[in-house]
Amino acid sequence: MTATLTEAPQAQPAVDIEVARSWRTPIILGVVGLIAFVLFGLMTEGGGATTTFVLSRPNDLFTIPAITVPAQATAIALTVIAIALAGVSAWGVQNRRKIGMWLPTVYGIALVLAVLVWAGAGRTATSIQLTGLLIGTVVLATPLVFGSLAGTLCERSGIVNIAIEGQLLAGAFLAALVAGAVSSSTGSDSFGAYVGLVAAPIAGALVGAALSLFAVRYWVDQIVVGVVLNVLVVGLTSFFFGTLMRENPELNRAIGLPDLPIPVLSRIPVIGPVLFDQNMLVYLMYAIVIVLNIMLFKSRWGLRVRSVGEHPKAADTVGIKVNRTRVRNTILGGAVAGLGGAFFTVASGLAFNKEMTGGKGYIALAAMILGRWSPKGALAAALLFGFADSLREQFGIIGTSIPSQFLAMLPYLATIFAVAGLVGHVRPPAAENIPYKK
Amino acid sequence: MRLELRGITKRFGTFTANDAIDLVVEPGQVHALLGENGAGKSTLMNVLFGLYDADEGEVLLDGEPADFEGPGDAMAAGIGMVHQHFMLVPPFTVAENVMLGHEEVRGPAKLLDLDAARAKVKEISERFNFAVDPDAVVEDLPVGAQQRVEIIKALSRDAEVLILDEPTAVLTPQETDELLAIVKDLSKAGTSVVLITHKLREVQAVADTITVIRRGKVVGQAEPTASQEELASLMVGRDVSMTVDKDAAKPGAVMLSVRDLSVVDELGIPRLKHVSFNVKAGEILAIAGVQGNGQTELTEALLGSQPVTSGDALLDGEFITGKPIKDVLMAGLGFVPEDRTEDGLVASMTIANNLILDLHDQPPYASGMALKPSVIDEEAAKHVEQFDIRTTSTEATAGSLSGGNQQKVVLARELSRPLKLLIASNPTRGLDVGSIEFVHKRIIEERDNGTAVLIVSSELDEVVALADRIAVMYHGEIVGIVPPDTDRDTLGLMMAGAKQEEAA
Repeated sequence: MTATLTEAPQAQPAVDIEVARSWRTPIILGVVGLIAFVLFGLMTEGGGATTTFVLSRPNDLFTIPAITVPAQATAIALTVIAIALAGVSAWGVQNRRKIGMWLPTVYGIALVLAVLVWAGAGRTATSIQLTGLLIGTVVLATPLVFGSLAGTLCERSGIVNIAIEGQLLAGAFLAALVAGAVSSSTGSDSFGAYVGLVAAPIAGALVGAALSLFAVRYWVDQIVVGVVLNVLVVGLTSFFFGTLMRENPELNRAIGLPDLPIPVLSRIPVIGPVLFDQNMLVYLMYAIVIVLNIMLFKSRWGLRVRSVGEHPKAADTVGIKVNRTRVRNTILGGAVAGLGGAFFTVASGLAFNKEMTGGKGYIALAAMILGRWSPKGALAAALLFGFADSLREQFGIIGTSIPSQFLAMLPYLATIFAVAGLVGHVRPPAAENIPYKK
Repeated sequence: MRLELRGITKRFGTFTANDAIDLVVEPGQVHALLGENGAGKSTLMNVLFGLYDADEGEVLLDGEPADFEGPGDAMAAGIGMVHQHFMLVPPFTVAENVMLGHEEVRGPAKLLDLDAARAKVKEISERFNFAVDPDAVVEDLPVGAQQRVEIIKALSRDAEVLILDEPTAVLTPQETDELLAIVKDLSKAGTSVVLITHKLREVQAVADTITVIRRGKVVGQAEPTASQEELASLMVGRDVSMTVDKDAAKPGAVMLSVRDLSVVDELGIPRLKHVSFNVKAGEILAIAGVQGNGQTELTEALLGSQPVTSGDALLDGEFITGKPIKDVLMAGLGFVPEDRTEDGLVASMTIANNLILDLHDQPPYASGMALKPSVIDEEAAKHVEQFDIRTTSTEATAGSLSGGNQQKVVLARELSRPLKLLIASNPTRGLDVGSIEFVHKRIIEERDNGTAVLIVSSELDEVVALADRIAVMYHGEIVGIVPPDTDRDTLGLMMAGAKQEEAA
C-alpha cells in the first residue's frame, strides 16, 4: 500500500447549506436613510435657499471657486442616494453577494454632505468651510493616530495597552512642564516648545514601563493594570497641576510649536493647508506611520514582534526572547503615545489642564481595532474619528439648531457605530493579554 | 553528530519527571523513545532542547559537554525539534515561519529577504519531495503539511539531530506512512532522528534501536524485531491484552436519528455538511477521522452547544436539535466531551460536586434551593468505589486527579443517569493503558445495557476495537459507514476523503 494523500481523491463537493440571511445592515442603512431624508432632505429650507461650500484659501497658488448649490434639491438628492444604497445592500443580502467597503463609505459621505447642506442652507453670511473641516480632521486625528499606533505596537507583541489614555495625559503634562521651564529660563518660547516635544515621549515611556513591569514580570491582568495606570496618571498630573503649576505659573503657560508650512506644497488648494501647513508633531506623525508600517510587516524586528504576539512559544523555540520583546514594545508604544500627548499642550498652544485628554486614549483604542492592528489602518480609522470631531467643531461655528450636547456626542457615536458595524469579525493577536510563562 | 545524555534528572516540585536518564543517539540512527503518556519522554526532549533546565546530568555532543540556555543554543548546536503541538505561527506564510529567528535581510533598509526564504523552502521541499508551497499561509494547510513545514524549519537550520515528538498523533494512516518514509530518507542522508512515540507499529517500522521509558526511568533497550507484546509489557510494566473483549452487538430499535445536519460556523465556514446517520440501541457507532473534520461540531450540535444551521436530530423519536442543553441531557443523553479538563470538569471543585454537576438541582441532591451535602457525599463515595476512582477523598478537587481518574469521574457522572444515548469523544486520549482498558469495558457494558453509543476517536486502533459500525468523516461529511473488520488501508484512504467504493 503506497497510496499517498495526494493520490487519494479529495472529496470537495459543492457546499449548498442554507444559511439564514442577516438583514441587519440593509435595515439599519434604510431606516437611517429615511430619517435623514425627512430631517435633512424635506426639512431643508426650500424656496431658492442655497448652501455655499468654500474650498480655497486666500494665498493659494490658484483659486477654486466656491460651490453654491440649491439647498433642498441637493439635500433630497443626497438622501435619496443613501436610501438607494440601502436598497443595493438589501439586494446583496437577497442574492448572497458580498458588497465591498465602498457602499458604507459612499453612504456615509452622502449623509454627511446632506447634513452639511442642511446646516448651511439659506445662510448668506456663512458658508461651509470644507478645507477647514479637513484641516480640523487631520489636527484632531493626531492624538488618535499616535494613541492607536501605541496600541498597535503593544498588542502586536501580545500586551494589551489600555493605558494609552494615561500615556497621552502624561505626555501632555510633561511637555507643558518642560516647555514652560525651558522657555522661562532661555526666554525662547519656540525652543521651549521643541524641548517639551522631546520630553513628552519620556513620560509615556515611563507609564509603558510600569505596564510592562506588572504585565510581564508579575502576570497581572493587563486590562486591570492599564485602567489602574490611567487613574494613577490622572491623580498625579492633577496633583502637580494643583500644586507645582499653580505656585509657579511660568511652568504652565500656553506655549505652541510654530507652524512649518512647506514651501509651494502648502499653497496647493485644499491639499496644501490640510497636509503641508502643520507643525512638527503632525509631520512626525506622517513619518512614524510610514516607518512603522514598513517595519512591522517587512522587517526582521516586525516579524519577530508579530510572532511573539501570535504564538510566543513558537517564537521562544526559535530563540526569540519573548518577554524582552514585549517589554521593549510596551515601552516604545508608551513613548509613541506620550509623543501624541504633546498634541494637547505644546502642539495646540495650550497650557496643561486637569484630565485634558478627555477619553481620546480610549477612542484611539477603538481606532486601533477598527484599523485592524496595522499602522495604516490606525491612520485611516483615526482620520474617520477626527472627521467626526471636526464636524462637531464646524457645526459649532455655523451654529445649527442641533443642541451642542448632541454635537459633542458625535465623535463617540461615530466610534460605536464604526467599531460595531464596520469592523465585523476581526482577529486580534492570538496571545494578547496572556502572560508568557515558561 | 553523536548525541549523549548522561544522568538527566528533572523534577517538578516533588514529582520526578526524569530520573537519571542515559541515552545515546548515534549519527544517522533512528532512535525510538517509547513510553506511555506521562512517562517523561517529552520532558526529556524539552531538557535536551533547552526549554527546561535539568536538575542534574549533562548533554554531550560528539563527546563535548553542551550547555543550552534556550532553544536558540540547541538549534545553533544542530538540534532540531518538531513539537507535538506545532510551533508554527498560524497567520504567517510557510516562508515566514521557516525564516523566523534566523531571518536573512537585504538592501540598505535591512528588510526581510523573503526570496531567500522561499528558495530555501523550495530547495528542502524538493530534496525530500514535500510539495510545500512557500507562500501558503500555515493555518490553511492540512496538519500533515504543517508537520512537513516543521521539518523544513529544522532542516533549514542545518539540524543534525531531529527530535520528533509524537509526530503521528494528528496524522491519517497514509500520512503516517509518508512521514515514516521521510524519517528513513533523513537517516539515510545522515541526520539522526529521535522518534518519541507510544505507538508500537511505528517503532517497529523505522527504528534502528529502541529505548523504553516508564515513570521517568529507562527500563530497557529493545531491538525493533521485538514483538508488540514484548514492547507493550516493557512500556506498561505488566502483561497487557492488546484487544478489547466484547460480544457481538444485539442492535434494537433506532435510538438516534440524525437527518441532513449542517453547521456553518460564525465565520461562515461550513463545518458539517448534510450529515445523516442512525444509531440503534445496543450498538456502538464509532466515528473515525483526522481531528478537525467536523467531529467536534457534530457532537456539540447533538448536545446543543453548537447552533445547528439546518437539519435535525431525533433521540428516541423526540427532537433534540434546537432544545436547551438541559432538556437534551434529561431526555437521556450522556456526553463525554473531548477535552475533559476544559469541558468535562470544574477542576477547582470537589470530586463529589463534579459528580452531580448535571443533577445538582434535582432530588435527591437538592431540596428546594438547598443542596443536601450528606446525600451528595454518600453518592460520591458509591461512585468512587464503582468506578475505581483513585483518590484520597471525595472532597479532593477534580484538578488534583490524574487524567485517567478525571475521565472516570466524567464517565461516572454521565453513566449515573438512565441513558438512551452515550456520546464519547476521544474517551481515552492521554490515558494510561490500565485506564484505557477500564474505560473501554464500561462503554461496552453500557452498550450491552441497551444504550446507543456514539464514539468519536482519532485513534484508529480505538475505533476498530470498539465499533460495531464505523463512520468515517472528512471535511464535515460522512464519507461512508463500513463494518468494523474493514482493513486499515481502506479506512485510511477514507479518512483522506476517498469514497467507500473507491477506497475498497
